[in-house]
Amino acid sequence: MSTLSIINVKKRYGPVEVLKGIDIDVKDGEFLILVGPSGCGKSTLLNMIAGLDTITSGEIAIGGRVVNDLSPKDRDIAMVFQSYALYPNMTVRNNISFGLKIRKIPKGKQEETVNRVAKLLQIEALLDRMPSQLSGGQRQRVAMGRALARDPALFLFDEPLSNLDAKLRVEMRAEIKLLHDRLGATIVYVTHDQIEAMTLGDRIAVMKGGEVHQLATPQEVYDDPADLFVAGFIGSPPMNLVRAPVAHKNGKVGVNLHDGGETFFLAAPDAVQNGLSAWNGSEVVVGIRPEQITDDLARGHERSDRIKRRAKVDVVHPTGPDTLVLIQLNDTPVTCRVHPETRVQSGDNADLMFDLSKLVFFDPDKETRIR
Amino acid sequence: MADTSQTQTAGPQWLGRAVLYALLVVFAVYYLMPLFVMITTSLKTLDDIRAGNLVALPEEISFAAWVKAWGTACTGVECNGLKGNFLNSVSFVVPAVIISTLVGAFNGYVLTMWRFRGSDVLFTLLLLGCFIPFQVILLPMAQTLGYLGIANSIPGLIFVHVVYGLAFTTLFFRNFYVTVPSDLTKAARIDGAGFFTIFWRIILPLSPAIIVVSVIWQFTQIWNDFLFGVVFSSGERQPITVALNNLVNTSTGIKEYNVDMSAAIIAGLPTLFVYVVAGKYFLRGLTAGAVKG
Amino acid sequence: MTTATSASGLDRPRKRFADYLETALPKIVLGPTLLIALFFIYGFIIWTGWLSFTDSRLLPRYELAGFVQYVTLFENERWWTALRNLGIFGGLFILVCLVVGLLLAILLDQRIRAEGILRAVYLYPMALSFIVTGTAWRWILNPGLGLQNLIRQMGFESFTFDWIVTPGMSIYTVVIAGAWQSTGFVMALFLAGLRGVDDAIIKAAQVDGASPTRIYTSIIIPSLRPVFFSALIILSHIAIKSFDLVMALTGGGPGFSSDLPATFMYTFAFNRNQIGLGAASAIIMLMTVVAIIVPLMYSETRRGHLGR
Repeated sequence: MSTLSIINVKKRYGPVEVLKGIDIDVKDGEFLILVGPSGCGKSTLLNMIAGLDTITSGEIAIGGRVVNDLSPKDRDIAMVFQSYALYPNMTVRNNISFGLKIRKIPKGKQEETVNRVAKLLQIEALLDRMPSQLSGGQRQRVAMGRALARDPALFLFDEPLSNLDAKLRVEMRAEIKLLHDRLGATIVYVTHDQIEAMTLGDRIAVMKGGEVHQLATPQEVYDDPADLFVAGFIGSPPMNLVRAPVAHKNGKVGVNLHDGGETFFLAAPDAVQNGLSAWNGSEVVVGIRPEQITDDLARGHERSDRIKRRAKVDVVHPTGPDTLVLIQLNDTPVTCRVHPETRVQSGDNADLMFDLSKLVFFDPDKETRIR
Repeated sequence: MADTSQTQTAGPQWLGRAVLYALLVVFAVYYLMPLFVMITTSLKTLDDIRAGNLVALPEEISFAAWVKAWGTACTGVECNGLKGNFLNSVSFVVPAVIISTLVGAFNGYVLTMWRFRGSDVLFTLLLLGCFIPFQVILLPMAQTLGYLGIANSIPGLIFVHVVYGLAFTTLFFRNFYVTVPSDLTKAARIDGAGFFTIFWRIILPLSPAIIVVSVIWQFTQIWNDFLFGVVFSSGERQPITVALNNLVNTSTGIKEYNVDMSAAIIAGLPTLFVYVVAGKYFLRGLTAGAVKG
Repeated sequence: MTTATSASGLDRPRKRFADYLETALPKIVLGPTLLIALFFIYGFIIWTGWLSFTDSRLLPRYELAGFVQYVTLFENERWWTALRNLGIFGGLFILVCLVVGLLLAILLDQRIRAEGILRAVYLYPMALSFIVTGTAWRWILNPGLGLQNLIRQMGFESFTFDWIVTPGMSIYTVVIAGAWQSTGFVMALFLAGLRGVDDAIIKAAQVDGASPTRIYTSIIIPSLRPVFFSALIILSHIAIKSFDLVMALTGGGPGFSSDLPATFMYTFAFNRNQIGLGAASAIIMLMTVVAIIVPLMYSETRRGHLGR
């Protein structure tokens, strides 16, 4: 059973509290992502799970056993590093078998393991090379091989793909996912790349300032962000966040927006009608994803929760699959995602379709969701 | 750096290059001159020296001065040449170099890979130690060596040179190991390797170049040292630099410049040899020492 | 491995002795070095400082006697000579080394054929002991059969070059020999600095039409400022503790006219059995080093933080 429990874990360096009480439970075979901007404490947390950093208070348990007082070698973990951390003076084979050698595993078993891992990762041809003779992607594979050879209860990945170029990164991402499916291993994976987080994780822990802001599945985090930070961090291009006054219209609560000229009203989804009505008359932050402001071509026709409004286009960015259009709402630049065949030019007034079903609202001071 | 003279026109460029090379050669001659004078003088007879001049080649090559400097020249009351002192120097330089390099490597490893609270302060303290004029520790050290019972002995000299060489060797290894990614140590810890295993199996195999730098630096420093030698040893136990100085200053009879020069070359030969063989590493040591701030 | 139950009700294996040892090992290993650094450097400085406030002569005594030794020291004409000589030697030695070192580095930086050999030639004196250097130059500079004799034989009968035996001039021969030994090192530092100058900056200057001389004076040399500081720190350090060279070249003579503080300290502490006085002079030397090097290092590190 390879579970991981992080129970009210804190980390303090002198007077600075870098982790402020983290609680995460990882199920057997789960792929957990720790994501956040640099300095959010995600790497510190990973190092504490690994035993490379001490725990100030709280408990970390791996496989039902509290490991606070165990050194890294006794925690039954393996780790893949951002810099790969291959031993430069050893061949690929020795790199993979080093941990087994230290643990005094019999020679025959060592060889067997190395061969099995090499086959799995398709690095059999590289076994007798030195790390300096390998490309970045190959090094990455060897680093994973070293971790796999140990067959640990828990795999830790510390931004393993961030040193690779964009194309290779996509490939390796797919491979890690495949590997996870095949091995059913429990994985904790640190990244600052929200796309990696979305594509790889069973669940994502979004961290900032030493706290977990949201712990949920990728889709939940995307559709239902817990607060303003998560809303702005996950998604590319990010969610549009606009300050707007709360108003009533036709018996519904919503927000008023304007693009410099005419004001228009966006009604809130039914689920937040109650919550938002308490804010009537004051300002809130409304969040709307770029793909929820689109055009006829991309999204079909007007429905009850979709309204069409004209807005003045400032800038047009074709990206290939979509065209991003920048407009101004309440003096804030807002990105909209339209079909590439929609002909719009900067300065035009374009008809845009607003999908209201997924509007989210935030308290502008506390930055929390209004539900 | 770009060739800035490229932009000049053809004529002056030719002239400029000639002047440039002439200057360089003049300097080279100036730097080589003392070595040339030392070698030729050491191969002359005394008559030859008196009859000729500084830069004249020997009339006939004679190794008598070398033989005398090595075996029978007077270095004070004794007249046994430099051979005993040469061996003295070897016998304390070798252990002192090995010990200070090893300890320096270990210190550098700990200071970079196993930082703990206060380790940076400790390093700074040690670093500042590079800068003190050694005169300020001579008197207490003389006393301490007496208390320890190793005054005027080879172990005493080894001890002194190790103690005051540590700052430099630690600096060399620390500055090298900060360029080694700390993930390497972390990976090894997770693989189950301990403090010593990581040092022997992972870190030390990365270090041959810096070991050479440290060994050469320490060898040159300790072999060439005069201050500790003259203060902490006497008579037969003196290192070669002290003996050379005594030989030159021994004022019995006539001044034998050829013997002086032979003796000087003998004293300088080991470090010159190292310089010729491993000049690249010698330079690295010098510049590494230079960025100690 | 002993186990206990944790707050959360899970098994909590306790630390083993080996784990404690593992975490303590780095400190244990570094411990001796720490003690050495603290005791043999800082402890000894304090010890010497204490001695300088006693009236120790042949044997150290530890009853404090106030500033007697310092008063005696600064009433001693020989000490003043040593200090004056340090000023002359230090100033000239540093100046010559910096100027010649920079010149050689610039000359060598012009895509010279055989650069490696020339560099090796300029640098080899650095591998020699100051004692060897002193011995060689003592022979070259001796008026009887050395350089003076050589020039006279070349036809300049009245040529005189007898600084080494002339009081007041012998300190300049120390400068000659010292600079001969150390310029190569400064050259190497500057050359490394020149090679580190960003190519693009120089190309930009060439495109702007700057002459080679102009490029050196207004772009390259100013960018060598950190190298300049390193060289200055090291050279002043060498100058202040210079001892071997004087001993081998002039023995402090004629008389004590080429004494430096380092030779003064040695003579009084170890030959004349004036331990207290020797200690006082050593402390003044240390204070000189601190007074010169600390501001240099401070200004350089501060600049480093602001500049980059």
